[in-house]
This record gives sequence, structure tokens and C-alpha cells, in this order.
Amino acid sequence: MKILVCLKQVPHQDARLDVNGDGTWIKEDGIKFEINSYDTYALEEALRIKDAGEAEVVVASIGPDRVTQALRTALGMGADRAVHVNDAACQGSDALGIAKTLAAIAKEESPDLILMGLMSDDGNASAVPPMVAELVGMPSATAVVATERSEGNIRVERELEGGAVEVVDVPTPCLLAVQSGLNQVRYASLKGIMAAKKKPLDVKTAADLGVADAVGTAGAKVKIEKIYQPLRGEGAEILSGSTDEIVSSLMNKIKELGLL
Amino acid sequence: MSFPRWTEEHEAFRASVRRFAEQEIRPFSEKWQTEGYFPDELFRKAGEVGLLGVRFDPKWGGSGLDYWYTVILVEELVRGRDIGCVVGLLVQCEMATAVMHDHATDELRKEWLVPAITGERIAALGVSEPGGGSDVASLQTTARVDGDDYVINGSKIFISNGARADFVTLAVRTGGPGADGVSLVVCPTDAKGFQVSRRLKKVDLHSSDTAELFFDDVRIPRRNLIGEEGRGFRYIMGAFQGERLVLSVMMNALCDDVLEETLGYLAERKAFGKSIASMQVWRHRMADWMTKLEASRALTYRAAEQLAAGDREGDLTVSMSKLFGADLIRGLILDCAHAFGGYGFMEENYVARCSRGVQNWGIGAGTSEVMREIIAKRRMPAGPA
Repeated sequence: MKILVCLKQVPHQDARLDVNGDGTWIKEDGIKFEINSYDTYALEEALRIKDAGEAEVVVASIGPDRVTQALRTALGMGADRAVHVNDAACQGSDALGIAKTLAAIAKEESPDLILMGLMSDDGNASAVPPMVAELVGMPSATAVVATERSEGNIRVERELEGGAVEVVDVPTPCLLAVQSGLNQVRYASLKGIMAAKKKPLDVKTAADLGVADAVGTAGAKVKIEKIYQPLRGEGAEILSGSTDEIVSSLMNKIKELGLL
Repeated sequence: MSFPRWTEEHEAFRASVRRFAEQEIRPFSEKWQTEGYFPDELFRKAGEVGLLGVRFDPKWGGSGLDYWYTVILVEELVRGRDIGCVVGLLVQCEMATAVMHDHATDELRKEWLVPAITGERIAALGVSEPGGGSDVASLQTTARVDGDDYVINGSKIFISNGARADFVTLAVRTGGPGADGVSLVVCPTDAKGFQVSRRLKKVDLHSSDTAELFFDDVRIPRRNLIGEEGRGFRYIMGAFQGERLVLSVMMNALCDDVLEETLGYLAERKAFGKSIASMQVWRHRMADWMTKLEASRALTYRAAEQLAAGDREGDLTVSMSKLFGADLIRGLILDCAHAFGGYGFMEENYVARCSRGVQNWGIGAGTSEVMREIIAKRRMPAGPA
């Protein structure tokens, strides 16, 4: 069995973000990056399948040199191989450009299962997984919170609005976009990290994958008009004190407003 | 070119330890400090990720790497914001086990070092005594030979992990007075006559258990001797270099975290119609601390580089680094707490809590006075009497 896990490297959740000069993205200088949290659950799910029996786990990511670190971490956690699309031409791609690139990797790899995070912590679009599924012609399910595998099928639980759960059978090969909290994600052990040095990491360009026309700002159908920090509204009151004091003072204010 | 030149593996390890600190330590830090304890389970979790044997031989379950990985380990564990807990983990993987790794018999390593690296057995280092700390050569706890056993009598104080340890790497007097009479032994804490006489109440590092230990005719086999009899003092002094490096890195990392927290507050806090971060007096004060911290880090990294290369100058540089760091942290944290105004005196404030134990950094692993002695001895001829 072969599992392809698609990862995105995103700014660290604690990073202080500033909008760049032309207002199209954030300033990336000096901030730390990490694997998109949703994707770590996808990776963990793949590694659990690997731990349970025979499976090869291939991780793939798109981005500049810094993305190597995310892929090395994934290899350190237990993935077997990595594919890194490191091509300046991919800079500024829209979701469809990314999806076409990942789909091209999927076509080369022919996996039995593709796992991805439901969305990215930075872009929040949730667009790439269903696009990839469509482009490679696989059935897919999103917001997956539990899986149960059987021959030729994966029964998945999907999270719906209001905490409801939907159960669906997805025939394999398929693509699953997973929700956070699906599992407890392991740490890359020091031994795993050192062993990862010897694992293969293939570097490719958009042209290698035949998607040069689809990527980058030039290939993007969605153009980013502007990114900005919303202006701080007037009249906000900051509550201070211990957690208990803050909670009790907040409750009083809600009561004063007649909302409770 | 930046120094040190971190590799992809260094960065991957850093990311992994950071996640460990953020998920396994930081969310529980306040609870553990209130309860005065962190769970034993954390040792096992740290062992699984390979955090407890970074430099140790893979034969015993370690990773066989150099001091740079130790530097990263310490820098990122500090991000968990529970120094007491970090001290507990580092006593386990550095202070109490490094001498055993370097000098013990394979039999002892199998029995005690291997489970310490996996986190299944908890270690403490017993050197300081109620009658003396820095003056290791004068320690009074004795180990008398009786047939195939040592019989230990005496007491130890300020022992981190002391109340929960499964074994103590213990400094005892097996010979006459002075440094040559000191040996190191492994003392299991389930031995008859071993007692945790009291858990000590500290002004800071509350989640680290610190104990006074009492040995009343504690009988242990002579094969529990680490290395050779009478060489304990040298082993302890050798291991101190790693310990001092760890403390230097810890001080820098804590300063870094406190400074970051303070700069964030100064940027948001307004007084007299403008942010405090825009006021020149605070801008200059913070610029001074940033400069001193950078200097401290450069000195520590130089010590790490020398220790990693086995250069004897490392002993001197690491003493300078610990001395410099201990002075820096005291000034920096107190000034940062001051920058928070009244909040800097509140228990809920992280920087205020950090300010409580600042004087302690100039004590552990050799006081600042001992550091100065080492430096003067190496670099300053005393001249004729």
C-alpha cells in the first residue's frame, strides 16, 4: 500500500505577522515556520497505517528551501520518502495551481490513499483537497474525524455543523482531508531525525511535473487584491486580573447587558 | 555567515523539542508549579522522543551527538515556561548520568543508565551537603567498605529530583580527607536506610522537587562504584563543564523569552498618550539588554564549540559564560519585571514569577565566586607571595 501525504509549511502559530510592502502576503523574513497543524494529523494517520502493516508513506510539499525542514521533520517522524517542489515559479500560485501540482505528483506516485489536512492554518481556503481529488479522479471525503479501513473501502466519520457526525463509505483509492484532533500526533524523535538524513528527498520543478502554465501569479485565476490587518475598533475594554477574576467580571458585564 | 551553522537536522530537532515543550509542558506549567510537582510520566515521554540521551553512546540508547544538540534541547525546553520541570529533566540527562556514561562499568550502565535514557528510572545527583556545597573536596558523607559492600552514612541537601529518584549518583568519602578521598557510587533509593528526610520549600522552581536526603547505614554492593575509587572529585569536576553549559544556555534562553514577553507588552501598553515602546528611556534600556544577551549567547556558543571539539579552553570559556549569564539574568529579569509596572509584581505575570529566583542562577553548578576563581587561576598569575 502506498500513501501520499500532502503537507504545507505555514508560519508558526506564535509568529508575529506583518503584511508585506505591496499588501499581497506577509513578511516572511525572520519568522519561524512549521507544518500546517491539520496536515500533521494527516501524516500521523498515514504513519499509523504504516505501523499497523505494510505501507509506504510519501510526503510532498511545495515551497522554497525552508520547506525542506518540514519534509525532514516528516521523514523524522517516520515517512519513507519526500517530494519537494522547489520552484520560484510556484510563488503566488492559487489553490488550483497548487492542486494541479499535487495532482501531478499523485499521478506519478499512484497512491492507494491520499491524506491531507482539511485546510491550511494560513490560507484557510479548504479548496485544495477536493480539487486534487477531482483532478486525479478519486472519491474524497473532507472533515474526517475517524477512519475504519476494510478491503477496498474506508468508512469515515465526518464532522458536521453543530457536532453532528456523518458516516460515509469511500471506496479506495481515495483522498481524505482530515480534521484536527483525529489522532495524537507523535514527535519526531532524535533518532528518527538522524535516520531521516538517509531517506530520499526528490526535488522537482513545476516544469518537471508538466504544470508550469498552471502555477505562480501568472497561472493564478484568483488574484490577491489586498491583505490587511483590520483596524482596531474604539471602545474595547480589556479585562485584567486572574483568570477567575476575568471570568467573573465578564459574566457580570454579560448580565448587565441583559444577554443572560 | 551565521554562527552556529545549524543544519536541517538541528532545525528538525529544534522544531520537535519546541513542539514537545509547547504541548507537554507549557499547558500544565502553572498547575505543576502550584502543585509543586510535575508527573513522572514526563520523563518517559521525553525518553521516547530521545531527549534524555542526546550525547550518549547509541549502545546505551543515546543518540551519540554533540553539544550543539544539547544547546538546542535546552533552548527549546525553556519555552515550556517551567524551569523547575526543565531542571528535573536536565538533571536526569546531564547532571546525574553523564559521569555514569563516561566512567561506569557496562554492568552499571545497563542497570541504571539505559533506563534513565528511556525515562523509566529517575536519577538525581547527590553532591552538596548541609555542611558544604562548593567545597566538594571536604564532603563528609562516608562509604565504609564491609566485605563486598559499601556502608553509607551522612546526608545530602538541595538534591533536585531527590524525592522521586530511583537512584542517586552519589558523592561519598571512601578514603582520607581531601579531593582524593572522594568517590562516586550509584545508590538505589529503595536501599534500606535511605530516607528523604524532607522536601525543601524553595522560593522558585516550584515544580522541581528538591530534597534533603539521609543515609543511615545504607548498604550497597561495591560493584556500584563509578569508575575508580578516589577519582570521584575529578569526575564531578569534569561533568561540571556540561552542567555549566546547560545552565548558561538556560539563562540565555530564559532571558530571550522574558525579553520577548516584555517587548510585546511595551509595544501595547500606553502611558501619557503613547506606547511605552516609543519612549526613549525604555528603548535604550531594552537595547542594552538585547546587546548584553547577544554577547552572552556568543560566549556560550563559543564554549559549546570548544566543548564539542574537546578543546580544554572550553572549561575556562564555560566558566566565563556561566558567570556572565548569572549577572545578566539578574539585571535583565528584574528590569523587565520593572517594565511591567504593578503587573510585574503580580503572581499571574510570567516575568514577575521569573524574577523570584534570579539570585539562584549564580549558585548552582558552582557559584559565581567559584567561576571567578577558575578564571583567575587560569589567566592571572598571583605573583610572589
